[in-house]
This record gives sequence, C-alpha cells and structure tokens, in this order.
Amino acid sequence: MSHFLRRQGWVVGLFALLIVLFIATRIIQPGYGSGDFGSLARAVLPYAFAVAAQTVVVIAGGIDLSVAAMMALTSVTAASMMAGASEEYALFVVPFVLAMGFVLGALNGLLIVVTRVPDIVVTLAMLFVLQGAALLVLDAPGGGAAEWLKALISGTVPIPGLPDAVDAWLPKALLVLIVCLCVIWIPLRRSRLGLSIYAIGSSELAAFRSGVPVKRTRIIAYALSGLFAAFGGLALTMSTGIGAPIPGPYLLASVAAVVLGGVALGGGKGGLLGPIVAVFVLRLVRTDLTLLAIDPNVTAIIEGLIMVAVVMFGAFITMRGRQ
Amino acid sequence: MTTSAQQQSPLLDATGVAKNYGAVAALRNASLSVLPGEVHALMGANGAGKSTLVKILTGAIQANAGRILIRGEARDIRSPAAGRRAGLLPVYQEPSLIPDLDVLSNLRLTGTPVEPFRAWVRELGIADLDLRDTARDIPLAVLRVLDLARALAVEPDVLLLDEMTAALPANLAEKVLEVVRRQGDAGRAVIFISHRFVEISALCDRATVLRDGETVGVVDIVPGVEEKIVELMLGTRIVKTHVAARSAAEKAVSAPARPRIAVKDLRVGTKLNDVSFDLRDGEVAGVVALEGQGQDELFAALAGSIRPSGGTIEVDGNQAKFAHPIDAIRAGIAYVPGDRSEALAMQRSVRENIALPFSAALRNWGPINMRKERDTVLGAIKRLQIDTRAQGEVQRLSGGNQQKVTIARWIAADARTILCFDPTRGIDVGTKQEIYKLLRELAGHGKSVLFYTSELEEVQRVCDRVIVIFGGRLVDIFPVEEADEPALMRAAYGLPRGAKADVGILAAPNASEPGATP
Amino acid sequence: MSTSAITPVPFGRRIKRFMADRPLVPLIILLVILVVILQILRPGIVNERWIANTIKFAIPLAILAGCQTMTMLTGGIDLSVGTVATMSAFIMATQIVNQDPAIAFLLAMMPAVLIGLVNGIGVGVFRVHPLIMTLGTSLIGTGCLQVYQRTVIASGAKIPDFLAWLGTGVTPIVGFAFPNALLLFVPLAALIVFTLARTGFGRLLYAVGDNERATRLSGVQYWQVITALYVTSSVLAGITGLLYIGLIKAPSLSLAEPLVLPSVAAAVIGGTSIFGGRGGYTGTIIGALILTVLTTLLTILQMPEGARRILFGLIVLFVTAAYLRIVEER
Repeated sequence: MSHFLRRQGWVVGLFALLIVLFIATRIIQPGYGSGDFGSLARAVLPYAFAVAAQTVVVIAGGIDLSVAAMMALTSVTAASMMAGASEEYALFVVPFVLAMGFVLGALNGLLIVVTRVPDIVVTLAMLFVLQGAALLVLDAPGGGAAEWLKALISGTVPIPGLPDAVDAWLPKALLVLIVCLCVIWIPLRRSRLGLSIYAIGSSELAAFRSGVPVKRTRIIAYALSGLFAAFGGLALTMSTGIGAPIPGPYLLASVAAVVLGGVALGGGKGGLLGPIVAVFVLRLVRTDLTLLAIDPNVTAIIEGLIMVAVVMFGAFITMRGRQ
Repeated sequence: MTTSAQQQSPLLDATGVAKNYGAVAALRNASLSVLPGEVHALMGANGAGKSTLVKILTGAIQANAGRILIRGEARDIRSPAAGRRAGLLPVYQEPSLIPDLDVLSNLRLTGTPVEPFRAWVRELGIADLDLRDTARDIPLAVLRVLDLARALAVEPDVLLLDEMTAALPANLAEKVLEVVRRQGDAGRAVIFISHRFVEISALCDRATVLRDGETVGVVDIVPGVEEKIVELMLGTRIVKTHVAARSAAEKAVSAPARPRIAVKDLRVGTKLNDVSFDLRDGEVAGVVALEGQGQDELFAALAGSIRPSGGTIEVDGNQAKFAHPIDAIRAGIAYVPGDRSEALAMQRSVRENIALPFSAALRNWGPINMRKERDTVLGAIKRLQIDTRAQGEVQRLSGGNQQKVTIARWIAADARTILCFDPTRGIDVGTKQEIYKLLRELAGHGKSVLFYTSELEEVQRVCDRVIVIFGGRLVDIFPVEEADEPALMRAAYGLPRGAKADVGILAAPNASEPGATP
Repeated sequence: MSTSAITPVPFGRRIKRFMADRPLVPLIILLVILVVILQILRPGIVNERWIANTIKFAIPLAILAGCQTMTMLTGGIDLSVGTVATMSAFIMATQIVNQDPAIAFLLAMMPAVLIGLVNGIGVGVFRVHPLIMTLGTSLIGTGCLQVYQRTVIASGAKIPDFLAWLGTGVTPIVGFAFPNALLLFVPLAALIVFTLARTGFGRLLYAVGDNERATRLSGVQYWQVITALYVTSSVLAGITGLLYIGLIKAPSLSLAEPLVLPSVAAAVIGGTSIFGGRGGYTGTIIGALILTVLTTLLTILQMPEGARRILFGLIVLFVTAAYLRIVEER
C-alpha cells in the first residue's frame, strides 16, 4: 500500500482535485448532469490523445512539438477521405490514418536519431512541415466523417447489468478513450519495450549499459506518439464531423497536462493515468469558468495562465531535481 | 592456484587493443589475458587507459585496432548487449540500474532471473530488500551491491568490477570481497579495478598494469609487490628530486599574518569531508588525489559554483559565502576548470573569450572600449605566448593554446587567486613547461595558486606545498621537498608516507630517509 | 574576422569552412539567383517599383527575424513576436482614435514590455524551454487581445497617417523611390549590428548561447542577460507591429502571425545557429530578403500556402542538420 501511495500519490491527489471540481461544478450549476458530463468527455477526447502522445515521448526523455500539427494533418486527411465516401470506406480510413500517424511519428524519431539534431528542433521543423501538409490536404475547414464514427463518441452505451443511472455517467467518448488507451498502453507498460522507454528517459547511460537499444527505442517512442496524435486527429474529426487544417491549442495543453499529471519533463517518471486525469481537471476548470458566466475569452486567458504557471512550476521542479 | 591456472587457456584474451579520439590516443597497445578461476587486477595511474579498455571489452565503445578472444573465439563486441551475450558483464562505479524503475523492473529489463538475484543479495549481506523499491530511493552503497548481485545472477564468465568497494561501508565491502573471491574458486574470472592495494593483495592472483595506453607488465600478486606495481605505473621516467627553482629571496619571505584563503572543515555532500587548509599569498599549493576523491567538489566550492554543505571559507580573514561564481570572482578567486570545453565559448574568438569576465557585470553591458580591451587582451596573449594564427575561433586552436586562453582570461582580469584544475591534461610538453613557468611567476608576483594535477611529476616542478586528498578527506600536507614521485604515488593511494623503504630505481637518495609525519 | 590558414585542407572542407566563416557571400549569390529566376519567369517584373515593394515587405520580416537572431544566439527562440506585434498594432490603431499619439504609442508598447518580461523570467529564472514559454505567453496575449477587442469594438480603428507614411510611402531621392520604412530600419539595423558586435550585452548573448557554463564561471548571471534579451526582443516586435499596420492598413487579430515562421526561417537561412553562439544580423537581413523574393516566386508559381510552410520547415531542418555536420567535422 505504501508503495502504491508513494508512486501514485500524485495521481490520487489529482483524482481528489477532480472530485472537488465536480462538487464545485454541482454547486455552481445544480443541474449539471450526465449529459453535461458526456459533452465534457467528448471535449476531452482530442486533448486526452494529444496528452497521451506527449506523455510517451516525455517519458522517453524527449519532447514532441509536432503533436498539434500531427493531429491537424491526420484530422484533415480523415475528413477529406471520408467526405462523400461510403460508410464502409471509413473502415479503411481509420487504420490508414492511424498508420500514417505512426509512420510520421517514426520519421520524427528517425530524424532525431540520424541527424542528431536536438528533438526540439526536429519536431519544430516537423511542426511547420505537418502544418503545411495539412493545408495542402484541405485549405479550409471541411470534409466529412462517417456517421457511425460520429455516433461512436456521442451518447452512452447500455451496459447490461448496470442501472441506467450509472450507465448514463459512462458516455461512449469516455469508453472509447479508455479502450484505445488501454489496448496500447497496458501491454506496452508491461512489455520490455515499455520498460526500455522509461529506461532511456530515466538515464540514457544506464539504459545503454543495461543493453537497451537506445536509438531503436527512441524511434518507437516517437512512432507511438504519432499514433496517439493520429487517434487525437480522428477524435477531432469524429466530434466536429469535419477536419480543420489549423492546429488547435493542443501543444501547450499537452505539455501542461503532462507536467500537471506528474510526468517529469526530464523523462523516466510517471504514467499515462496522471496526465489523462490532469486533462479532465483542466477541462473542468474551463467548464466551471464558463458556467460562472465568465467571458469565454477571459476563460481562454485564465486557462493559458494556468498552463504557463504549471509549465513554469514543472521546469522549476526539474531544475531543483538536477541540482 | 596460479601455477595450475597458467596451463589453462585464457577465458578472455585481448591483444593489441588501440583506441584514438581524433589525434589523441587513449589506448595504444593494451593487452589483457584472464584465466579461468582467477581474480585479475587491472591497474594504472589516472589516464592510463583503464576505463577505455573496460569500455571496449564491454562493448560501450569500439576499438580502432586489436583482437578480443573469448574462450579462444574471436568476438566482435559491438554493444553492451553483445557483451552480455558473450559472457562479459561489467559493474561500473556509477550503478547502471535505471533510477526511476523499481528493482524488479530493472531485473526484467536486463533479463535477469529473480531467484538467483535474491540469493546473491542475501549472500552479499542485504537482508531486507523490497524488490518494489525504486532504484532512486535506495542508498548508493546498497545500489552498487544490487548491481553486483544482478551481474552475478546471470553467472557471467568474466565479471568486470570497477572500484567495487568504493563508497561501501566496511561490512558490505567485506562481504563483496568474499563473494568475489569465491567467484574465482568457481572457475569464473573477475577483472578487478581498484586503487586500493590492500584489497588487491588480499584478493587478486595477478595484475595487469597499464601506462599511457599500453600494457607495461603482468605481475603475480605476492607480498611486497606494491612497490613493483608503483614502479610500473610510473615507468622509467623518474626525474630525480628536482624542486622548482625558487630564489632565496622568495623563500625568505616570511609567511604573512593571515592566509589569503583559509578553508575550515569544508564539507560537500558525501564527496568531501572536513577538509581544512590554508592558501597563502605568493605560493602554489598542489593538490594530489586520484580521480574522484573529492577534489572536484573542493575546487567547485572554492569557485562558488556549488554550495558547500558545511564548514567555512575565509578570504583575507573575512568569512565568505559564495552563491554564484561572481561572488568568488569579486573576492579575487578565479577558477580554471580541467575541461577546457567548460571554460571556453568555443565558437568565439580568442579576444572575446579573454575579455568575457569584463562584460559580466550589468554596468559593463554598454559599448566596449575596443582599444582598451585590445591592449589588455594583447598583454595577456603576449604574456602567455598564445599562438594567434587561428584566433577567430577558439575551437581551431590547439589544446595547449586553448588552455592558455582559459588562464589568460584571469591574467587579464588580474585575479589574486587562481584555482587551476589539471590545466596540463592532454596538452603538449612545450606548453606544459610554459604553464609551469607562468604559475611560478604568478606566485612570484604575490598571487596564490591552488593547483590540482593528475601528473605527479608536475608537483615538484610547480608547487611549494602538497595537499593530499583521499576518499574525500585531507590525509596529508607536506612540503614539496619530500614530494618525489614515489612518495606522492603512495600518498595518493592512501599508503602511509615513509612507512616503507624505496626499492629499485625508486631509491632516490633523499627519499630513503624516513620522512616524519607532521 | 579570421583568416585561418594553418594546414592545407581538402577542397570540400575548405568550402564548408568558408561557408561557416562568410555565410554572406553564398547568401547574396542565392538572392541574385532568385531575382534572376524571377526575371526569367516574368520578364520585366524586376523594376524600381518591385524593388521598393520587396524592401517594404522585407523590413517587418527582417526586424522580427532580428528578434529571432538575438534569441537564437542564446540558444532560444521567441515565438511570441507575432502576437506582440499584432497587439501593439491593434492597440495603436484603436487607441489613436481618442488618445494623444504619444499616449497611444506608450499604451501600444506596454503589452510588449510585459510579455517580454514574463518570457525573460520564465526562461531565465524558471528555465522553461523558450519555445514552450513564448508559445504560452503568445496564447495568453491572443486571449487578452480578444477581450480587449470587445471593449473597443464601438470606437472603431484608424491607421495613423504617420504610420501609413512610414509603412507604405516612398520618397524619391535622386530619381529612385526609397521606401520611407528605411528611415526606421537603417538606424535600427545599425543599432542591432552594433549591439551584437561592440557592446558587452552583445558579447554576452553570443557567449551565453555558446557555453552557458563558461559564462557562469566568468561571473555572468544568466537570468539578467535572458530577461534583458526577451524584453528587447518584445519591444522590437512591438515596433514591427506599428510599422506593419502602416503597411497592411487593416488591423486584425492575426495581423503579424503569418510572419512568425518566416522570421525563424530567415534567421536560420542567414546563418544564425539555432543552438546558439553563432550568427549575426547582416545575414538575417539577407535571409529576410531571400524569403520575400522566394515568396513572390512561389506566388508566381502558384504554390499554395501549405507547400510554402513545408518548404520553410524543411529549410530549418536541413540548414540545422548541415550546420551540425560543418561543426562536427572540425
């Protein structure tokens, strides 16, 4: 138990914070119900995938600035492919877009390993490139999405044996998120590859001496990041029904949630659960601010301030740790 | 045991191993042959190439030349993983457990079986280990033992131990030595790197000695072999006692009432403990220590780049607290780091590098008086005879000239005290001579110099006094007249001074008289 | 400058060393080649008016690229310049309606100083990566601007005549139309070049970017340099905004945003290393000219905006990787 608390203490604290925020939300808006929670889960979905993408590379000791641009590109690719196409065609589009994210992510990693240019520069250049590619695919928001894909994240799914009252609080978007993340993350976390990702982030030298193939592991970490970003892009298309070529605020949000989620920016520490909970916390803060009838633009400022403060705090902690 | 072992074929046989870094040869012609069942010591002074050889054997770097046979088979060890497969396992000074993973995950990462690991951990005297503990939370000493247990658990043919007992408390060290000894009895081999003669004589069967990247001898460990090893490590380049020439007048200057810098009970983490000494105006004090004995921390604390965890530093009688190097510089203390890449802006010009401290303060951010700056810089360049043909970028200068630039900076800034950390590492003989001369001149002008060197022969050429640090403690201070190379070597290895008569070519006439310990 | 001739070196390496030492020569050659291509594609396009126009559009880019040059010298980057320029332009255009020009100017520069200060403290004291830090402040800045827009929506906006004159006007001197913007740019560029070459602050920018540890050992306090740097960068960006609004004449909330990526690319093309310690402003100015001509060329070739961005990204990546090779071979 003490091990669990020491390792997961931060996440437990975040959960507590989340519950407090939920209570606050109910106080602000007594009518806040399962439907609102459903829309929260839907809003969280792209953020959560962006954060997952960032988390993998940060754990491996890197950073990926191209997350948001990658989401934009995958989103417009999916939207433009599905526009006017048959419902069945989407069955092909989804794996295609995911594979595209994986390959482009691997390209990030490969460029870092081969050119030895620092990750931050390579992913910055890739940010430009992916953004440009997104504009080439669609120069304005547009495209479409298969109905079944849109339906996949709206409403709830009846689970036999659960009372409707509980069921209503399990929106499909949340289930999709949990399933997608678990299917990739849990086997990864338990595999030697997962350990290797933690190892190169924690101490590259020790990992090298322990026989970890450092370069290969780094490329795979970026490839996984690309895969999660592609999930995020699909989620964008699914929730809006279209694709937008201009990247959203997902880069800064992903870094902030990673820091808030207890993943050290130096690498090697933390897990996926913390950042995901952190995303819910950040989104719920936004909801509360909106419910308090604060100007949405002011909300954006407050949100930005929180994110910058969190990132500064994270950098400060990392600096302290190094001394 | 040794005689029977000699008839066997070696487990590991490396010959003609060479490694160059650019123009610098880290290893020229190293060989190492280890028989089954033996504990083999690998010895050599600082920079002799021990760690390079170990890295090559374990696949961390690749050799430029040479042949490595394992059980008579030529093996090309391209990565640490390949080294493990070949049956070679190293345990480094820095534990290679991943700090953020728990012990169990660390075992899984390297494919180490858990039960044998547990057994070894118990054997090594650690009773209560929770495999779920994160490596970062485990004390360093225990971590090193776990690293050893992890290596033992896969039963490697050859185990490479780098300073295994450093930082271990006595009880753990004893267990470790016992287990290592038994490895030999089990028919496996151990390569044991250590600075401690006591351990080597208790544990090892033979020793291979490296000097300047070459294997210079393989000796059987018998009582009294220490002197022979010291001799091999030093080579024949023994210069007879030859104290730096100082004028009588300089000698006659009486010690000032208060020292320039007085260090009292200085402590830095666990690396440096209760070090006290004085540094006077007009003297060069030499610091002698093996690698990593705490001298780095001593210099960093005096330079203001790290904060000591205890003790005091007095400058001219006033207690000083350094929060940033600027505080030390204001007190007239300048630090010349051993690694030139730490001190120089490599892409900038000689002039900018020398003038760097002038712009540091906020009030000097404005326009630069170029003529005044040029005169000052030229003065320093001339004083140090820096070759200015390639002064556009410091990185194009030779190592020796780069080192001169790092010192010239503080000559130009007219610092009263200069802390020189191994300034002659890896530079040519001519430049070395010039640096010795310069340091003496500085002392002649009343400046004070604290001088750490990894080349013992320099001590006599430059220093007035010698401060010996071993294991983070100041173990001895003695005048340079008693500091011939063998004496320094023994002192650096923690052997008591004057305890043994010199043998062979080491028997310098004035070193044979037993030096009294102050 | 250095004229190094220590030992004979192979031709390839000599070229590389030459490129590293005098990046201006190949850059000017590249610029001329681009102009020639343009003239071939559209005979007669290169005339007096075109030159004046190109200079007018290159100047705001060159000043913003100056911000990038200075921050990149220390190993940083300033992605908030677009937002800062937009803010000062927008505030100027809206405040001039019922304020004294001097007061409007001060109000317009205030957010610039503030954002620069926050950037500097974040990077210099808290050691946040400059990219993340400036991205964050630019996000906040954009939010603030949106809120501000609501409050002034009724009063409207106008472009001060002086800024329009500065931004778009030309003055014929000895039969050649000189853009008025040069009146601002030439002294500004001279000041930047002088600061980088001949002042203590400039020296520290190079030194900090080259080897922060070495500067620390020489007594330099990192946070002071970085804070001063990011405030300077922001102020320059603010001035650019004022000039740019005079050129574009249509205040919007994303006025200078399209200049951010090219400003980074211009500095990189101009030979400033994104790792710090190497580069200069003259190269950046030519880099800005090259990009402006290149943009005209791409427009003529009807290359879409997306392809342009891809090109900028690839330029940054390739130039950086090539630079790394040059440095390593020494």
